[in-house]
Amino acid sequence: MIEVRNLTKKYGDKVAVNNISFKVEKGEILGFLGPNGAGKSTTMNMLTGYISSTAGQVLIDGTDILEDPKKAKANIGYLPEIPPLYIDMTVDAYLSFMYDLKKCKLPRKAHIKDVCNLCKIEDVRGRLIKNLSKGYRQRVGLAQALINNPPVLILDEPTVGLDPNQIIEIRTLIKKLGKRHTVILSSHILPEIQAVCDRIIIINRGEVAADGTADEIAKNITNKHKMTLRIEGPTHTADDKKLIAGAIRNLAGVKYVRADMEREKGIYDYDVETDGKTDVRRAINKLCNEKGWNILMLQLSDLTLEDIFLKITMDEGFDRNEISGRKSKPKISIKAGENGKLRAEQEADEPETFGEDMTDEDTAAEEEAVSEEETAGEAETADGEESAAENEESNGGEE
Amino acid sequence: MLAIYRREMGAFFTSGAAYVFLTVFWLVSGIFFFNGVIAAGTTDTSVMFNSMFIIVMFLIPILTMKLLSEEKKNKTDQGLLTAPISLWDIVLGKYFAALTLFIIAESIVFIYAFILNYFGNVIWSTLIGNYFAMLFLGAAFIAVGLFISSLTENQMASAVVCLVVLFVIYLSEMLVANFANGNFAKRVLYKIVTTLAFYSRYTDFTRGVFSLPSIVFFLSTAFLFNFFTVKVLEKRRWS
Repeated sequence: MIEVRNLTKKYGDKVAVNNISFKVEKGEILGFLGPNGAGKSTTMNMLTGYISSTAGQVLIDGTDILEDPKKAKANIGYLPEIPPLYIDMTVDAYLSFMYDLKKCKLPRKAHIKDVCNLCKIEDVRGRLIKNLSKGYRQRVGLAQALINNPPVLILDEPTVGLDPNQIIEIRTLIKKLGKRHTVILSSHILPEIQAVCDRIIIINRGEVAADGTADEIAKNITNKHKMTLRIEGPTHTADDKKLIAGAIRNLAGVKYVRADMEREKGIYDYDVETDGKTDVRRAINKLCNEKGWNILMLQLSDLTLEDIFLKITMDEGFDRNEISGRKSKPKISIKAGENGKLRAEQEADEPETFGEDMTDEDTAAEEEAVSEEETAGEAETADGEESAAENEESNGGEE
Repeated sequence: MLAIYRREMGAFFTSGAAYVFLTVFWLVSGIFFFNGVIAAGTTDTSVMFNSMFIIVMFLIPILTMKLLSEEKKNKTDQGLLTAPISLWDIVLGKYFAALTLFIIAESIVFIYAFILNYFGNVIWSTLIGNYFAMLFLGAAFIAVGLFISSLTENQMASAVVCLVVLFVIYLSEMLVANFANGNFAKRVLYKIVTTLAFYSRYTDFTRGVFSLPSIVFFLSTAFLFNFFTVKVLEKRRWS
């Protein structure tokens, strides 16, 4: 339905959007995710023909937006970041104007009434747009995009400025629309994208950083052979760290072990990395059995959308290979904090020597303090994943 | 185009711009009518039409100042430019809306003619000729105003610049009046200015000369500036 090929936009020397390509199939809801200024709006403006691209092509239902703009634009309903409302018109007059502007052939009164019902603006139809609240204006903007039932809907941050109830309503509406329309939706709000979209494209600094379903992206970015263990040692002192980490390191298939923070009193966490072929979980279990240690937690690295987003957008020296899973050592790991929340933690690449682990505690603590702040806002949404991940016996399906 | 035309007409009246324009136009033209025609005891309307150049010059900017600048400022142009219509539809819709209001305003002269009818015989040929001359002059100036409005986001800037441009057009002929016998450069300048002379072309009509070249001149100016406006919108998209 929508095809974007090597789309590039430059403002002078500044590259706003760099070589973006993707396809959206009919009936798909695509989420555009990215931090502010990543190029989401610029891309959407190019998709709708508001601005031209410096290079590349946009095909809407097979029609190039620059070659046959009238035909291509007739298929698009667009809600820009700021809804294009004439504030001195009434809602009715405005929608009627858009109806004429889009050369809509559907029965006028019935169609406008339908659209108003859908967007729940029936009761404000006679009012001047300048007297409406932000939420209502946003909905009038959405109604305007829906006029003429375009097969493609492009919505730039549709829930901005709405209260939580309205956000849920709009999300439900978008989901409903997704059954009949192809929808592209941009947002910097992660739960929104997660709740509504079939597929996600993460844009960062004008480039596609990731493309796929939330699961696919997570799968690519995660190293499956990474896990975090919490083992109760015999002495409940720091001596345990050396002992346990050393023992695990000697297991076949283990590549890297790092003793982490003291999460419970006298009990430490261990980050374990394997060669990717051997499943070492049973061996670890056996080892602990023999030594009389207790495994209190075993958690395979499993990234949530937040972690992916944070990783992609905050990693200055971002490397594409990491996304496609080719790089062996990810710089991020998932930790369950004392408050029970999942969080992503940025790690420096450390040498594998064990002696340095003693100093680790301090740096790890610092890192945690930072990441705690950063993720505090998003932490709530991770609840679902967290309960699954906290499960000691991860159900092994990850392989 | 019709959708935009209708919306602009509505906007003129809801925003009050139309009332200001019509009131001032009718008030000042009424003064000119009284002074130039009634008080002079003549039924020749030429003097009145001659003075009305000033009204046209001062009031056209009010008409055109917000046509495109407001769209850009409020980002409503996003709705227009992503609708399945061409740039010409947008520009001409707005252009004809402004022109319609201008025609409504200048049609007051027929009421004056009706009044004159009671005093003596109206010279209809002068009146009709001048009416059309003014219409074409307005058509050219509105295109200029619309073009200037497309260049800025600020309606005040748009109005002021438009006024200055129209004023320069008005004054240009007087400024070069004694260049006719100067050196080569001065004569070239004189030639250019007198060829492009909006004011003398207009006043020719008030003397009873109905010249086709002048009509063509005004209409081509109108077309040219509308074309420029379309190009400005297009260029903005490509920048």
